[in-house]
Amino acid sequence: MSLASQLPALQVAVPMLTAPLVALLRDSHLSWAAAFAASAMSFVLAIAITGQVIGGETLVYHMGGWAPPFGISLYIDELSALLLLIITGAATLTLLAGRGSLEEQVGEARMPLFLAAWLLTLAGLAGIVVSGDAFNIFVFMEISSLATYILVSGGPQRRALTAVFKYLITGTVGATFYLIGVGMVYMMTGTLNIADMEVRLAEVSDRNVVYVAAGFITIGLALKAAIFPLHAWMPNAYTFAPHIVTAFIAACSTKVSLYVLLRLDFFVFQKNLVDHELQFAYLLMPLAVIGILYGSIAAIFEQNLKRILAFSSVAQIGYILLGASLISVAGFTAAVLHFFNHALAKTALFLAVACLGLQFAKMRLEDLRGVGRSMPWTLAAFAGAGLSLIGVPGTAGFVSKWALIGAAMEKGAPGAALVALILFSSLLAVVYVWRIVEVTWFGHGGEQAKAAGGGPITEAPLWILTMTWVAVLANFWFGFDSSLPMQLASSSAEEFLRHQP
Amino acid sequence: MTAETTILLSLLIPALGAVGIAVSSRWPNVRESVTLVTAGLLMINVWSLIPGIMDGGRPFVSLFEFLPGVAIAFRVEPLGMLFAALASGLWIVNSIYSIGYMRGNKEKHQTRFYICFAIALSAAMGIAFADNLLTLFLFYEILTLSTYPLVSHKGDQPTVRSARTYIGILLGTSIGLLLPAILWTLSAAGTLTFTEGGILAGKLSGPEVGLLLGLFAFGVGKAALMPVHKWLPAAMVAPTPVSALLHAVAVVKAGVFSITKIIVYIFGIDFLDAEPSAAWLPLVAAFTVVAASIVALRQTNLKRLLAYSTISQLSYIVLAAAVLKPLSEIGAAIHMVTHAFGKITLFFAAGAIYVASKKTELHQLHGIAHRMPWTMAAFTIGALSMIGVPPTAGFVSKWYILGGALEAQNYVAIFTLVASTALNAAYFLPIIYRAWVAPERPLPESSPYRNHGEAPWPMVVALTTTAALTLIFFIYNQPVLDLEAQLVGRNP
Repeated sequence: MSLASQLPALQVAVPMLTAPLVALLRDSHLSWAAAFAASAMSFVLAIAITGQVIGGETLVYHMGGWAPPFGISLYIDELSALLLLIITGAATLTLLAGRGSLEEQVGEARMPLFLAAWLLTLAGLAGIVVSGDAFNIFVFMEISSLATYILVSGGPQRRALTAVFKYLITGTVGATFYLIGVGMVYMMTGTLNIADMEVRLAEVSDRNVVYVAAGFITIGLALKAAIFPLHAWMPNAYTFAPHIVTAFIAACSTKVSLYVLLRLDFFVFQKNLVDHELQFAYLLMPLAVIGILYGSIAAIFEQNLKRILAFSSVAQIGYILLGASLISVAGFTAAVLHFFNHALAKTALFLAVACLGLQFAKMRLEDLRGVGRSMPWTLAAFAGAGLSLIGVPGTAGFVSKWALIGAAMEKGAPGAALVALILFSSLLAVVYVWRIVEVTWFGHGGEQAKAAGGGPITEAPLWILTMTWVAVLANFWFGFDSSLPMQLASSSAEEFLRHQP
Repeated sequence: MTAETTILLSLLIPALGAVGIAVSSRWPNVRESVTLVTAGLLMINVWSLIPGIMDGGRPFVSLFEFLPGVAIAFRVEPLGMLFAALASGLWIVNSIYSIGYMRGNKEKHQTRFYICFAIALSAAMGIAFADNLLTLFLFYEILTLSTYPLVSHKGDQPTVRSARTYIGILLGTSIGLLLPAILWTLSAAGTLTFTEGGILAGKLSGPEVGLLLGLFAFGVGKAALMPVHKWLPAAMVAPTPVSALLHAVAVVKAGVFSITKIIVYIFGIDFLDAEPSAAWLPLVAAFTVVAASIVALRQTNLKRLLAYSTISQLSYIVLAAAVLKPLSEIGAAIHMVTHAFGKITLFFAAGAIYVASKKTELHQLHGIAHRMPWTMAAFTIGALSMIGVPPTAGFVSKWYILGGALEAQNYVAIFTLVASTALNAAYFLPIIYRAWVAPERPLPESSPYRNHGEAPWPMVVALTTTAALTLIFFIYNQPVLDLEAQLVGRNP
């Protein structure tokens, strides 16, 4: 057996097995080096896997050589590969950029254990994506969630603890709902393997219990994906987590749950259950629409920089869900593109926040008045990534917005209303991004609010600034040359839509 | 050097100039030299394309596929050639003027100013040469964003509020109206490429045409068609060189240029002429011409008056393009040039008055011509060109627009031209009269500007040059006519 065929297992094994090692290294520098090496290794693995699946191949891996339905199988197609790229790429870049920021916010003494949790989060998220088995998805979901709670609670303010408690309760409810749903399906079909479920569910598709199971799974995953109105845990969790953690989880954690939702709905339920697609038309699409409007408007009225970005995420998740709920190749392509492009934009934005965080203890807009004059490069990076969030042409955000509008136009009159909605919410994004730009560049009187030391505010250290700009430039790069995400998105859209009745 | 390379260089030269300006920020003299050299190179480069276009060449270069089915591509055609030649040529004059203005006024952040200016010019070249709507849209937005720091240059609260209006209206209209119009065009016609005769004929019909035209006409907010004109007076908080080159030439002309190009190459003149639902555009343009002139009558601030005059003159161009006769399309193209010469002269004069005397209001201008004869002579020529009096450039373009309107028997357009000429005279002539004839009201003894003379010499050189161009164009305009005759494929 060649190494190349073991990649799916290594994708999870590398970070998971490095995690205890990192915890045992008592030195902050050594543990960071080990954690970074494991993250970078995962990223390389993700690139290699993408190389294998691009063009329509699907990797199916049997753990320990045990064939399903008895053994555990891993299943990787192009959508999984794209998510692996997002997860491992975000983890590597933020860890590389954020050492100084993490040491300041978490403390050197706690770093080894904290980084172990970081790697477990990475392993859990990657595990969810590669898993071809509904129960294993639950297991990895728990691993990643528990580790994420630790990461979020590492924030310097005591309020991080209440934020994480809310997150923990909500997340546990979500995971439990998901488990109940999976249990019901298992009861009816006797299998946990997703590919197997897809086949066997047909025999019992007339039984109400299957519909109930699908409902539990949808609600559970919607909770974890922070789909409006189940997003309440997210703004505080993002706000009080260490900045680097926010940059990491904002890029991928909710998207992974959304991925599971799409995987189960498109592969298993929609194919077998009569009228199941109504769930999208009558439940998820309206929620996406309300979420887009609510998230954007709430972002306009927020005063805290991180909360503004968190509410913007509520809206952006709405875009992804809206694209998927169109149940068309064009719509699904737009959704997958936005997985990628939104991750790019939010990583860059939160890295810029981390740069600011080295100078400011709080992220209230009134404290940040005029900071652009002292930290021009940081704020220029923020503005650049903000353009991507708005969807200005030449940035990654424009590519997915273009695709989403094009997909909505295919739907006739209701599609025209959706186009109007997307454009309107883009204008709302202009408002909340520009408000930040104006306050930070042209505001007066915020400089006195410097947290500690009282010295003059200086530009963030070169290293983190460079990494932030790498993320910003990636937004522009993929804004001009979108061929890689476009190819992965359109062929995974075709694959997902093939599984429709 | 092939024409293809020249096209790409037109975008690259100002962009590289911006880098050079950034690098040389510590040595102001080197920095300003970089600006001037960049402007000179750009002009030589762009103008070297003209002979080829005159001979009927349409050089084309495609960079890469930007989104499925749409590439970033450039093609030079007569209208874009004219716009690029105009903007690049006036950039040199404006740079000389800027140096005098920024130094004479001791402005801060001069490096940022010159960098953004160079990027704006690069974006203007991209707009001029765009081969399809998406490329145009991309550079249109870059132009909006790169001019924001120029408008908000002063950085105090009123300026930031005005700059907010500026960016809000320009980004809002382009994302809210222009983007869906482009997507609609793509889904209806299957292409976004500017094509002679248009791409929409037979693809859309009835009210849809009028609606799409509306999305385009108001989506291109830079054309300042009422009611999306408010950004232009707001932009007057910018330093005057910005108002002169960008808000009298590059940005606003990019707007009317885009609308003209969309009418000619996306809809097609004949298709639009046969479609009654598109007949509203001349009416709105005519209304804007007259209404903006009436608002200009009521202004007391010189730059705001010039802004409303610009809004009115821009709608001349939209009106001329919307009359949909070959002669009026040529008139639209020529009016871009004549208005550019006249209005940049007027703004140069306004800035020179401000630098020399810190005067901004109309009632302060009594007798100022005796202290600043060169400036006010240039101002007078510019104002006469706005009214359309021979021997100034403004007369030439009005002649063709009127000719097109008569050919189309469009009485609304004819009436508008007559009325607005009277209105232009009504708000410009009193200024000229006061400046030359009325006795000066001396400033208080304490004012350092009590005994002011002309502004610094670079500014005077610049405004004299553009005033001279305004006069010369009246006599010597054949090359421009020949170039634009190709636009509609016949001689004027």
